[in-house]
Formats: sequence, structure tokens, C-alpha cells
Amino acid sequence: MQRLLILGAGISGHTAALHAWKKLKGTHEVMVVSPNKNWNWIPSNIWVGVGFMEPKQVTFDLEKVYYKEGIHYRQAKALEIYPEGNSEHKKPCVLIEYTSEGRRGQQEFVEYDYLINSTGPKLNFNATPGLGPEHHSYSVCTYGHADETWKALQILINEMRHGQKKRIVIGTGHGTCTCQGAAFEYLFNVEYILKKEGVRHMAELYWISNEAELGDFGMGGMHIKMGGYVTHSKIFTESLYAERGIKWITQAAVKEVRDKELTYEDLDGVMHELDFDFAMLLPPFSGVGLTAKNKAGADITSELFAANGFMKVDGDYTPKEYDNWSPEDWPKSYKHPKYDNVYAIGIAFAPPHSISKPMKSKSGTPIFPTPPRTGMPSGVMAREIAFNICDRMLGNPEKATRTASMAKMGAACIASAGAGVLDGTAVSMTVYPIVPDFETFEETGRDLNFTTGEIGLAGHWIKHLLHHGFIYKAKAKPFWRLIPE
Amino acid sequence: MSKRIPYGQNYYPPVPTGFTKWKRISKFWQFFRFMIINLKMLRMVRKH
Repeated sequence: MQRLLILGAGISGHTAALHAWKKLKGTHEVMVVSPNKNWNWIPSNIWVGVGFMEPKQVTFDLEKVYYKEGIHYRQAKALEIYPEGNSEHKKPCVLIEYTSEGRRGQQEFVEYDYLINSTGPKLNFNATPGLGPEHHSYSVCTYGHADETWKALQILINEMRHGQKKRIVIGTGHGTCTCQGAAFEYLFNVEYILKKEGVRHMAELYWISNEAELGDFGMGGMHIKMGGYVTHSKIFTESLYAERGIKWITQAAVKEVRDKELTYEDLDGVMHELDFDFAMLLPPFSGVGLTAKNKAGADITSELFAANGFMKVDGDYTPKEYDNWSPEDWPKSYKHPKYDNVYAIGIAFAPPHSISKPMKSKSGTPIFPTPPRTGMPSGVMAREIAFNICDRMLGNPEKATRTASMAKMGAACIASAGAGVLDGTAVSMTVYPIVPDFETFEETGRDLNFTTGEIGLAGHWIKHLLHHGFIYKAKAKPFWRLIPE
Repeated sequence: MSKRIPYGQNYYPPVPTGFTKWKRISKFWQFFRFMIINLKMLRMVRKH
């Protein structure tokens, strides 16, 4: 019996575990190592941050699901990968450290035949002095953060009710952040809740972001056909900001956050101050800090991981100018080039470069979004890579040829802009491909028949439907496989 | 819509008319869009 070891149980790791277990039908072992006790449907955390949902509505106990399904589970964090084994273990193995009650701090080597690294990101608040819930800004990256943020927002709303005007700043807390979509959703949900509470006129709302223009979202924006024109998302996004009375600052790298004040640098290298009463600023992401050693015990971390801590796979990591980027640079099999039983998916793989054009300020500060890897592509790559590994485990390596390049894959995304069942709105987008391909689609880099966007109440209903649908699927309830990634 | 300040940031972007805003939350129209958006998303899912 062989073992597939999956590090991380987020959207990609959990999806891979369920699909692999279903396909292997108990003939081989699937083991998941995750430091978190709960599974979290992260896209709904923004609703926890505005009180529309409770943390328990976006989470469930992982152990119960894995126990029911027969998937082995260790509540632990991975520390070191030994892809060649070590002096005690002939087989490749991973050093893990338990985080569960009763075993906290205990370490153990877990052997594997195949490894999927789906550890997701480290929320790198330390990259900007003063950033994060432990310092001077809030976050909605985890359900715990979102819950704290909602408590702080309630206090602010109460103060506004008593006649105090407030400035709210929402956006990215560093020059190289990603996930602008999540901050965008939070901004518009805050705007919606302020209106509902009757205090919208007491708040000045600011968006601050490292995007070149509004509507970039880390993917260079997108063009859609509407009203007889092919129009860039910048136009639609600016329209929404103007409609809702939100001011915006783009091309900004937040350099420091202090008590009710932040400093940001623009592309001219000029520093600006912005004071605030409440700030929700996303951190940049990095790898979780895994290291690697060879059989002799020598450090080979740089062989497995890029400088940002994400795992190298089959992408083309040769440094290139923006004009020389190609869709072929993007990974297809997510397999490590040297260790062919090691894979990385979701946020854990190292992208070859950004999708948005890299920009630097005159003083050399990078100010551009790093590539987003949202739920749908993470789920699709998890399923395809899990199937490839299962075919190899089942002795059918010739079938293990599935690919999941982000340059050949589309994404559907729903960005909430107000959570009301009868008066809410959300932006519904489909993009194909995620990474623009200017060789195939010369004008805009994307297929305009598959790249669409619109705002309306229907989007909110769909987001709600997806929330329940994906949690149902993640709980592996009957017919879960009918729900697509 | 916020008050537009001539030559200010919010002066230039297009903003929706009352009819467009009504359509965005009209239950009848949005039910129709709900079906269409779902079909678009399913079409995307089938591409991979």
C-alpha cells in the first residue's frame, strides 16, 4: 500500500484529498496534515467581517469528515521535507509538529510515496511595519480575523450613530499584495452595512491598492463586451466606486501603519500620509516557511522552493521582461522538476511571474499585484493533479497526463458588493483564460465570448448558493462530486 | 451616487441611471440573469 501525503487542507488540499480517496477506493492510503482543526470556506469570511455570518457558518470540523471518509488526518504543521528520505527513513518523509490539544509540540516523521504541498500562504503581516490585527489594522483573511474586524466595525458604527464622522480605509497593506478581490468585496459590504445602519453619510470611504488601475484584480484587469463596446474592467470598477461615493488611491505601496495613520509610496517614489479611524488592509503572501533536506541532511530548501517560499514546479522561472512573457511559462503538471513524486497546488506553487505588469516606484519599491489563485483554479488543479497521482499509484502512469495550466483555464468569480437577499448585489465574472494569452487572443489576451461581467442581485444569490454548495461538497455529503470545482 | 466634483476623481466614470439600478435589484429581471449567469459559469466549468 502506498501513501499520498497532502500538506494543508484548504480549498486545494481538501479537494485533492476527497477526489484521491474516492478514486483510490481504499486501495492506497490518503493522509492529510493540517495545522487547522477546522475547514474554512474563505470566500465567505468577508461576510463574517460585516456580521452577515457567524464564524461557525463558514467552518466545520475536519476530523469528522476525514474519519467518516477513511482519510488519515494529523492536526499538525509540516516543518521539513526530506524528498530523498533521511538516515532513519529510507522513504521520502516530512517532519511534522502536532498542533492538536494533548499532542501540541510533539514531532514525528511521516513517510510518503507521493506528496502534495497545498499549504497555502503565510499571511506576511511583518512585511509592513504596523500592519495586521496585532498592530494597527484589521484583516478578513481568516474567520477569526474577520470576527474581530466585525466587532471593531460595530464599535465604529456606534460612534457614527452618536454623530462622529469616521474615515475608513480598505485595501492592500503592501506593494506586492494579491487577493484585491477579497478587499474589494469587504469594501462594498462595509459600504452596504453602513447604509443599512443609517450612518453612511458619517463615513468617508477610501480604497487603497497596489493595482495600476481600479479593476486590475491582479490579473491585468479584463475586457468585456457590453453596450456595443469592448470595455476594460477599469471603467466598470470606477463606475461602481463613483456610484457608491468611494474615493480611491491606486499605484500605492503601504510602507507603514501607525495608530490611525498610514504612510504609502506612489510610483513617483513620493511618500504620502493618510489618517483613518478604521483600516482593513490585506497582507502580502509568502510560503509557509517549509524547509527541505537531502538524504545527507544538507539543506536543499532553495532547490524545492523559490525565494518567496512557494514551491517550484514545472513552470519556466527564467527571469523575463513583461513583453517576453508567454502562456507556456505557467505550470501544467505542478510536479517538481527534480522530485517527480512531489507536487504543489493552489497558492503553494510558485508562479513564474505576476499576471499584472510589474511596476516599480522611482525609488525601486515594487508596486504591483502578485498573481491571485482563487477557489476555482485551485480546485481544478487539485482534482486534476489528484487524478494523475492516483493513476500513478494504481499502476496506470500512461493516464497521468492531465494538465491544469492557469493559461489554459478559465475562472468564474462572484464578488459580493452588499449582502442583502432582496437588495444585495454582487459582480459576477467569468474569465478565460486566467493568464492572458496575447498569442491566441491578440486584442485583449482573452476570449471575449467567455469573458463576461455584470453586477446585480442575481450575483448575490449565486454567491449564497456557492457558499452552501461548496460547504456541502467539502463535507463530502451524498453526490458531492456532482458539484463542480 | 455621490456628488460629482468637476474635474475630480468621480467626475469622469460612467454611473448607472435609475433604470439600470432598478434592473440590478428587480427580482424578475435578476431571476432571468440568475439563470443566464449560471449557464455562463457552467459553460466555463465544462471548458476544463
